[in-house]
Amino acid sequence: MRDVAIVGVGLTKFGERWSSGLKELMAEAGIMALEDAKITSNDVEMLYGGTMAPGRFTGQEHVAALMADQLGFKNIPAVRIENACASGGSALRQGYIAVASGIHDVVVVGGVEKMTDVTSSEASTALGGAGDQEWELFQGITFPGLYALIANRHMHDYGTTEEMLASVAVKNHDNAVKNQFAQFRKKITIDEVLNSKIVSDPLKLLDCSPISDGAAAVVLVPLEKARKFNDTPIKIVASAQATDTLRLAERDSITELKATKIAAAKAYEQAKVQPKDINVVEVHDCFTIAEILAMEDLGFYQKGKAGKAILDGETALNSKLSVNTSGGLKGCGHPVGATGVKQAVEIVWQLRGDAKDRQVNGANVGMTHNVGGSGSTAVVHIYKRAD
Amino acid sequence: MERSSASLWRKIRSRYNLVGNTCENCNANYFPPRIVCRNCGRKSKMVEKQYKGDGEIYSFTKIRVPPDTFKDEAPYDIGIVKLEEGPMVEGHIIENGIEPKIGGKVRVRFRKMYVDGDEGLIYYHYKFEQIG
Repeated sequence: MRDVAIVGVGLTKFGERWSSGLKELMAEAGIMALEDAKITSNDVEMLYGGTMAPGRFTGQEHVAALMADQLGFKNIPAVRIENACASGGSALRQGYIAVASGIHDVVVVGGVEKMTDVTSSEASTALGGAGDQEWELFQGITFPGLYALIANRHMHDYGTTEEMLASVAVKNHDNAVKNQFAQFRKKITIDEVLNSKIVSDPLKLLDCSPISDGAAAVVLVPLEKARKFNDTPIKIVASAQATDTLRLAERDSITELKATKIAAAKAYEQAKVQPKDINVVEVHDCFTIAEILAMEDLGFYQKGKAGKAILDGETALNSKLSVNTSGGLKGCGHPVGATGVKQAVEIVWQLRGDAKDRQVNGANVGMTHNVGGSGSTAVVHIYKRAD
Repeated sequence: MERSSASLWRKIRSRYNLVGNTCENCNANYFPPRIVCRNCGRKSKMVEKQYKGDGEIYSFTKIRVPPDTFKDEAPYDIGIVKLEEGPMVEGHIIENGIEPKIGGKVRVRFRKMYVDGDEGLIYYHYKFEQIG
C-alpha cells in the first residue's frame, strides 16, 4: 500500500445551473482540478465518476466514459460509481484504492449531478431510488419521510427539539454566505426554519437540503510523487466505508447510523487519531437531523447530546469544532453525486489555508462523511497536511 | 413510477397477509421475508411465518409532500411498527380520529392503498390502525 495525496481540486458553483448540462458541469470542475495540479489531460491514467441517477435526471447513462471524453482523457479506463447520495465519497475511495494499490499514478475522481432538468417531483422520485423500492417507496414513504421517522424517535428518546434541528440549517447557511460556490448565500433564522412549510413532520422545507446542479473533481497521486504537482499536497490518512440494511425499519436502531459508526471507527484506527484531533469536518446533512446523528455517530458527542451543542453554537465556524464550513448539503447545495467529492475539495482548501473568509484557524486534520440513502452506505475519509 | 402488475402480484402474500419468514437455525423473525438470514448466511433455514399483526408504534410521521403516485392520498400517516413477534415494519397508519403516538397499540388491517389513475390498478396493502 502506498500513501495517497490530493494534489488538485475543482468545483463548480452549486445551484440551478440553467445554462450548464452534465457535460459543462463535469468539464468546469475537471479543468479546474487539472489546472490546480498543473497537469494536462494526457497525464491522467484512470477516472472514477460518482453520480447517482443521471439516467433519471437527464436520460444520460454511461457517464464515466462521457466524463473522460469531455475532459479529453483519451482512451483511459473510466468507471461510474453509484452509491446513492454517497456516490461521490465512494468514488473517492475507489480512486484512493487505485493509487494506494500501485496500479495507477494519476487518478481523477469526479462527482456530478444535473438535477434541475426534470420537475422537482420527478427528482424526488429519482432520489427515492436510494431506499427500498418494494417496501418503502411502494408505500409512499419519501426520503424526508424516512428522516422524519428518525427525527421523531430521536426527539422522543433524547429530548432533541425542533429548534435544535433548525439550528443546523441556520449554522450551515451562515457558512454558505462565505462560500462563493454555495447555492444559498443567505442567512436564515430559527423562526424562518420553524415557520417554513412542513414536508414530513417534524421536518420543514428549511430542514431539507435542496435539489441542485453541480460537479466536483480531485486529482490523486502517490504521496511520494505529490510535490512534483503541488507545494501543499493533502494526504488521505484514512478511507473507510460500511453498509447497513437498505430498509430503515430493519436496523438495530434508527436513532443512529451504524454504517457511520463502523466506518468512523475504522477511519480513526487507520489514521491513528481520535475525534478530539479533528479540526474541521464536512458531514452529510441531507436533513438537519442527519447532522445531529453524524455528530454523535462520528464520536464528537454522546448519543442525544449533539442537538443542544449545535444550538449552543459549539459547531459554528472557529468554535469548538468547525462543522460544514462549505455550508454543508443544506447551504452549499446537494447535487448528489458531486457532494462526496465537494466535501473533499472543501477539506483540501481548509488544510491548505485557502478557505478565505471561512478559514478554520490552525486546521491540520480534516474529515469528510458521506451517506447514501437513510444510512445504508457511509463513507468516512480523514486528511492531513503532508508537510 | 409506473409499475407492472407482476411487480405487485409477486409480493401479494406479504402485502395482503403479512406473511414473512423465520430462520429455523437461529429463530430470527423477518418481515418482509428474507432469502438469506442476516445471522446465519448459508446455514439459513428459512420457513414461512404468518404474523398476527399486533404491535406498537416505534416512530411515525405525517407525509405532506407525497410522491406523484400518492398525490390523492396526502397527507397520510406513516409509522414504523414493532410487531409482537419482533420485526419492525413500515406501513400506513389508518386515520381514525386518534393522533398517532409512539407506543400506541396497533392492529393490522387490509385496505386500499392507492389507485393508479382512472383506469389503472387499485393497489391494496396491509395498513395499521391505532387502537389504544
